Formats: sequence, C-alpha cells, structure tokens
Amino acid sequence: MIQRTENIIIRTICRILIPAIQLFGLYVIAHGHGSPGGGFQGGCILAASFILMVIALGLEETKRRFTEKLNNIFSSLGVFVYAWTGWMCLLLGANFLDYSVLSAILPADPIKARYLGMFSIEVGVGITVMAVMVSLFIDLVTGGKHGEGL
Amino acid sequence: MKFLALITSLLTGALLMYATIDFPVWGDPDSPASLHVSPRYIEKVMEETSVPNMVTAVLADYRGYDTMFETAVIFSAGIAVVMLIRRPRQ
Repeated sequence: MIQRTENIIIRTICRILIPAIQLFGLYVIAHGHGSPGGGFQGGCILAASFILMVIALGLEETKRRFTEKLNNIFSSLGVFVYAWTGWMCLLLGANFLDYSVLSAILPADPIKARYLGMFSIEVGVGITVMAVMVSLFIDLVTGGKHGEGL
Repeated sequence: MKFLALITSLLTGALLMYATIDFPVWGDPDSPASLHVSPRYIEKVMEETSVPNMVTAVLADYRGYDTMFETAVIFSAGIAVVMLIRRPRQ
C-alpha cells in the first residue's frame, strides 16, 4: 500500500513543488508551437507531478484528487478534442486538420485560426498523455490492485 | 516454446540489422530525404502554413494525421494496460 507520508519536510516540499511542476507543464504545452515542447512533453511533465503526489502523499489521497473515473475520461477526452478539431475543419468544407477554415467559427483571421487549431490539438495531446501516464504508473506500480505495491 | 521465441526474435533482429546496411549515411546531404523532402518544407513552410516554427509546421500541419494517430496509439496502450492489468479491489 502506498501510504500517506507524515513527514512534514516531504509534505511541505511537495506542497511547493507540485504546483510549480504543473505550471511548468502548462507552460510547455502552451508554448509548444513556438519553442521546444508541445503536448507530449508537457503531458509527461503534468503526469510527473501526479506521480510525485502518489509517491509522497499516497495513492488514496491522489485518487481523491484525481479520481479513476476522471482519469479515464481525460485519456479519451484528449483524442476526442484532437479528432474533433479535424472534423470541424472537414465540416466547414476544407481538408481534415486544415485549420484555416476555423476562422469561420472563431473570432480570428485565418492565420490566427491556424494558431488556435494547433493549440487545441496540442492541448488534446497533452490531456491524453497526462492521463495515460498516470494510469500506467498506478497500474504498473500496484500490479493493478490499486492498494498494494511500491 | 521460449527457445522458439528467442530464435524468432534473434532472426528478426539480425534481419533488421542487415537492412540498416542499405541506409544512407547519417546526415548525408545526398540522401533522398535531404534532396527532396527537407528543401520542400524549408522553402514552402511560410507561404503554405504561416507557422514560424518548422518543427511545429511538420508536426501539427503537414503530418497532423500522423500526430493524431500517435495520440490514439498512446490512448490504446493505456486502455490495453487497464484491460490486462487492472484488477480493482474485490
């Protein structure tokens, strides 16, 4: 059983580190198209913060904050967001994932619409990668029993 | 059975190693990819996609379909692990 740690040093450090890691993950996702980074890397950084939470605060507390149901919803939501960005372009009369036509439904010119389309697919990738990494970690480390191991 | 699997993976590995002999040299400017594919992207990326970052243009625009199925592969891997390993408390 991955138990809650009562050590005040570990808990305080985690309290400081986890928001910083998550903020950095969001930064990497949001600036993925201008600089090194993107959905895959940012999603992994976000997942690392949850893994730190599991190691330091215990599986029970982590699953109270990021429940199994939410995790499953998130892992499919990312692919859903990505695929629907493509389908919206298709429905608006262009090729699959040809973001320029999104300017018809977004308050932006075609170039800005391309930016927003790419941003939304990066966000979709990030959500899926984060949820799948957390679920893989929890399943593998506890042998699928969600209560023993580590 | 394990012995058979070992032989199979060794043979496949040897075949793949043998196939790499025909690859162009690492970073060869005369390889087909450097002659046709890269210059095409480098020259046309601004006018076709308006993306200042070439890596993003290839990842999210020219090969957006590829990236979508990379995400789908990660999702399927997660679902497969959930189906194979997860045994919630009885």
